[in-house]
Amino acid sequence: MSLDNFLMMRHELVLTLAFLIILVAEVFTGEKKKEKFRGFAVVLFAVVTAIGMLPAPEGTLFGGMYQAGRTTTLMKNILNIGTLIVLIQSFTWLGRPENRDRIHEYFMLLISTLLGMYFMISAGHFLMFYIGIELATIPLAALAAFERYKNRSAEAGIKLILSSSLSSGILLYGLSMIYGTVGSLYFADIAARPSTAALTILGFIFFFSGMGFKMSLVPFHLWTADVYEGAPVSIAAYLSVISKGAAAFIFIIILYNVFPVIIDTWQKVIWVIAVMTITIGNLFALRQKNMKRFLAFSSIAQAGFFLLGFIGGSKLGMTTVIYYALIYIFTNLAAFGIVSIIAEKTGKESMDDYDGLYRTNPKLSLTMMLAMFSLAGIPPVAGFFGKFFLFAAAAEKGFYVLVAIAVLNTIVALYYYLLVVKAMFINKSENPITYFKSDFMSKLGLAICIAGIVVTGFASGLFEMIRNLSYGI
Amino acid sequence: MNSGIPLEYYLIVATIMFFIGVYGFLTRRNLITILMSTELILNSVNINFLAFNRFLFPGKLDGHFFGLFVIAVAASEAAVAIAIIINIYRRFTSINVENVNELKY
Repeated sequence: MSLDNFLMMRHELVLTLAFLIILVAEVFTGEKKKEKFRGFAVVLFAVVTAIGMLPAPEGTLFGGMYQAGRTTTLMKNILNIGTLIVLIQSFTWLGRPENRDRIHEYFMLLISTLLGMYFMISAGHFLMFYIGIELATIPLAALAAFERYKNRSAEAGIKLILSSSLSSGILLYGLSMIYGTVGSLYFADIAARPSTAALTILGFIFFFSGMGFKMSLVPFHLWTADVYEGAPVSIAAYLSVISKGAAAFIFIIILYNVFPVIIDTWQKVIWVIAVMTITIGNLFALRQKNMKRFLAFSSIAQAGFFLLGFIGGSKLGMTTVIYYALIYIFTNLAAFGIVSIIAEKTGKESMDDYDGLYRTNPKLSLTMMLAMFSLAGIPPVAGFFGKFFLFAAAAEKGFYVLVAIAVLNTIVALYYYLLVVKAMFINKSENPITYFKSDFMSKLGLAICIAGIVVTGFASGLFEMIRNLSYGI
Repeated sequence: MNSGIPLEYYLIVATIMFFIGVYGFLTRRNLITILMSTELILNSVNINFLAFNRFLFPGKLDGHFFGLFVIAVAASEAAVAIAIIINIYRRFTSINVENVNELKY
């Protein structure tokens, strides 16, 4: 193996380097300079994102354990962009006095979770996949419990770590059954030795349940809302967008590459889970008053929409999943960004507090409206195109009933997204949130999101580009 | 070579352990015991891997390696979980899940 081969892992290497720089910098940063370190770390990560965009070599390493292809590079770049926005949005929150001495820890933990997601996406063997998924979740639990002076944050952390360890236990139990039938855990070997034995199917069901926890699909969603509400807003945003997006990416890769033989089985499973996830996510979102819980249930419903892209097993399906993930990153991060700014300035998180926001903070309200329209899928914004293509991918393979249920559900979703818009624009309030000026970083984060929402919807070249990189079964 | 215990026995033990773990996870009220239940689940997975490796694919080592990695990862998971539990004890002065109930709808 020469040095050129190692460059296939460029994304991972660069990220590890960034991690080490931050680790060393912690030792050499004086007490007073710690606050300034935030800016350095964000710029460092922006450089990492930029390097990731350079064309990367393809191939496999370590005897097929690690695979790098154009599709995985694209997925990693999408995750990079999302993480960059999350870091920019968390900038103000990190400047608080109680967080100041732990800025380095925040960046290190966040970068190690991202590294885990990279390995997960690039895995060619279930061992690599398992290590990646654990590296992606264990530091996240520490991040969810980051505000250790708050009861809620600690509770969110324990809920996340316990449910994720249960889920990985279930996932591993499924993998052990698959190992028993096939005798190998290489993705290529499992696909090459088709087995429709009952044990394989059972193993797949266990595996699916484990992944369901990671993607917060119903009925494995119970941890989601609690963790989102208790965790710091930036971590909730990270969980809902990056973590979920990475899980969706690896899930679709595994379904397409490892289990194409039992497609009939997993189509049935996904059909039922998709209907349950979308419907129950929507129904629970209706009654939420806390914005973080509201966004948590909306993100559960959105995870159900991802499944519509999975079900066909077609090239279009994978294209739409990646495309929708990109749109979803910008849209959801815009919504979380506003919740985070308002929580930072006023400490208010309830939907009732947003009454009359348009009169005092028109720009924030308009951005929030754009995000809500995009989440609901109203035509001119990107979310519409994402949903449209997802429905097209499912309809292409003849899942008309599923598409009909999903379309009905978007109407329900539209109702509760508009509740937020109504609160901001129509409801009157005795004491609305007063006018405040956001700092530069918060504005920058929102500006990137707005640009993303507008551009990803209208740049058809983007969809074509993703389409060229995708593949079907 | 085989000491006479067939593969099925190992698998039955592993299955029983797995479901004891799931049952314990759902019914126990002490956070440490819940953590122990997840360890039970992971150990049942290890038995499965090792038994399959030993009986069905004795020429390879995939299962053994997987077992080693599961043990290592489970240890790190437990470390983080216990750190959070200590924090919970400081905040709530209890590690009973019934008391850790600030987040609900």
